[in-house]
Amino acid sequence: MAIPDKRTTEEEVVAELRDGMTIGIGGWGSRRKPMSLVRAILRSDLKDLTIVAYGGPDIGLLCAARKVRKAVYGFVSLDSIPLEPHFRLARQAGTVEAMELDEGMLLLGLQAAAWRVPFLPTRAGLGSDLLRVMPEIETITAPYTGETMVAMPALELDVALIHQNRADQGGNGQFLGPDLYMDDLMAMAAKRTFMSAEKIVPTEDFPRYGSFHTQRISRLMVDGVIEAPGGAHFTECPPDYGRDEAFQKEYAATASSPEAWDEFRQRWLDLESEADYQAAIAARTGGAR
Amino acid sequence: MTDVTRDEYCVIAVAECFRGDGEILCNPIGTIPMVGGRLARETFAPDVVMTDGFATFTASMLAPGFNPYGEADGRLTLDEVVESWNPYPQMFSVLWNGKRHVMMGASQVDRYGNQNIACIGDWHHPRAQLLGFRGAPGNTINHTTSYWVPNQTPKSFVEKVDVVSGVGYDRAAELGPGASRFHEIRRVVSNLGVFDFETPDHAMRLRSVHPGVAVDDVVAATGFELVIPDDVPETRAPTDEELRLIREVIDPRDLRKTEVKP
Repeated sequence: MAIPDKRTTEEEVVAELRDGMTIGIGGWGSRRKPMSLVRAILRSDLKDLTIVAYGGPDIGLLCAARKVRKAVYGFVSLDSIPLEPHFRLARQAGTVEAMELDEGMLLLGLQAAAWRVPFLPTRAGLGSDLLRVMPEIETITAPYTGETMVAMPALELDVALIHQNRADQGGNGQFLGPDLYMDDLMAMAAKRTFMSAEKIVPTEDFPRYGSFHTQRISRLMVDGVIEAPGGAHFTECPPDYGRDEAFQKEYAATASSPEAWDEFRQRWLDLESEADYQAAIAARTGGAR
Repeated sequence: MTDVTRDEYCVIAVAECFRGDGEILCNPIGTIPMVGGRLARETFAPDVVMTDGFATFTASMLAPGFNPYGEADGRLTLDEVVESWNPYPQMFSVLWNGKRHVMMGASQVDRYGNQNIACIGDWHHPRAQLLGFRGAPGNTINHTTSYWVPNQTPKSFVEKVDVVSGVGYDRAAELGPGASRFHEIRRVVSNLGVFDFETPDHAMRLRSVHPGVAVDDVVAATGFELVIPDDVPETRAPTDEELRLIREVIDPRDLRKTEVKP
């Protein structure tokens, strides 16, 4: 059989995006984020986005660049730096709307969208202020027991962006780290999914890297594949590479002043292409990662 | 045992939270909570299951701050004995299934055990954005929860939390028995003492003070009226064997002392 060829580039993906779209971003905190796609959005004129994520520097960078109208998240953290400083600034300045969920509710919202049902019931949220500050999240009476449950609404995505360790040209993906996170749910909750990967390999080569249990993303869920070596930088992407803690620290420190952020942005983000970014990073670290 | 330090009393107080829990996921978050949980597993709570802090249930000791994940020949390696793979999506199944006792941090905790880690000030216009709700609403309504506060002051022990992330007893009572049947706030452990909710209306009670702390010190560091029994015991001391485990086996790098000054 012939595997379809869905290979594309970060620039072509961004050309498919529109102002105001709801975009899900895979990974977790500062772990295996599709950062090359985030950087491409940062280079674009896109604005008023709704970002849905287990948030890390993806949400922080997009907030700092004023691309985000609304963030939907269970947390926003850099892991080794618990609070994402650019996201904090945006929340405290009131420049970003928030839908702040229990982590499990976020899973259920994505699962509901993936299964094409309007909501899924859960106890999570009952009694907390979550339902008070976000009255758009309703409760429901269980028809069998009469119990009150939270009806977590489906979080339908226009587009999902995920990053895997390996992929084939047809959009099958393989994760080789400890955790898939919610990448499969993101992919299924979205009308269209774009997947970057450290390396595009022939389908028959997947077993060289990991057991078939690691092949959790099917081309059924994927519309475009981008080869992006280093694409998750500066978040971690084990076993290919760990987090670039020094770079992350430098990024986090730029929340201290608009000047520091401008300087960071000019140096690392206002580049022509992802290739230029990777070359600059390689030069910074002397070629080692 | 005169050379036992405050951090070590805190470790004992944390470990005691898990006594009698049986075969559940003992899931302490933070350095002293992790040391206390590991100590409980090594001694009087051998059946509990614990995570490696990432994606497994681990049979290994794994000192605080130790990351067992590595790489060799392009493949992930693990320097630990894995009982079970437990990635995040699976963790939510475990916690909704209920066999879990988590110890979380609390930026604020109040009289009835409501906890805040979301933000300071009005949620719509936060003065200081913190972690967000994270797992607190789901944890507290689905299984036993305890809290760890390394720096008790009237700003962390407050009359009313700014935002209810983790559900306390007053909020649980409002929900009625159906919705709140899995709710239990077991303990709050701070750098000064141990607190529980074993009172008629589940108002917070001082359960013990750590040696060297006076009841008045605790009162001064609390922003609401605590229930204080006539006779407040001291937090128990570690045994010689517990002290050896803490210092030599579980936390040989003394990371616990970075969370609470000895």
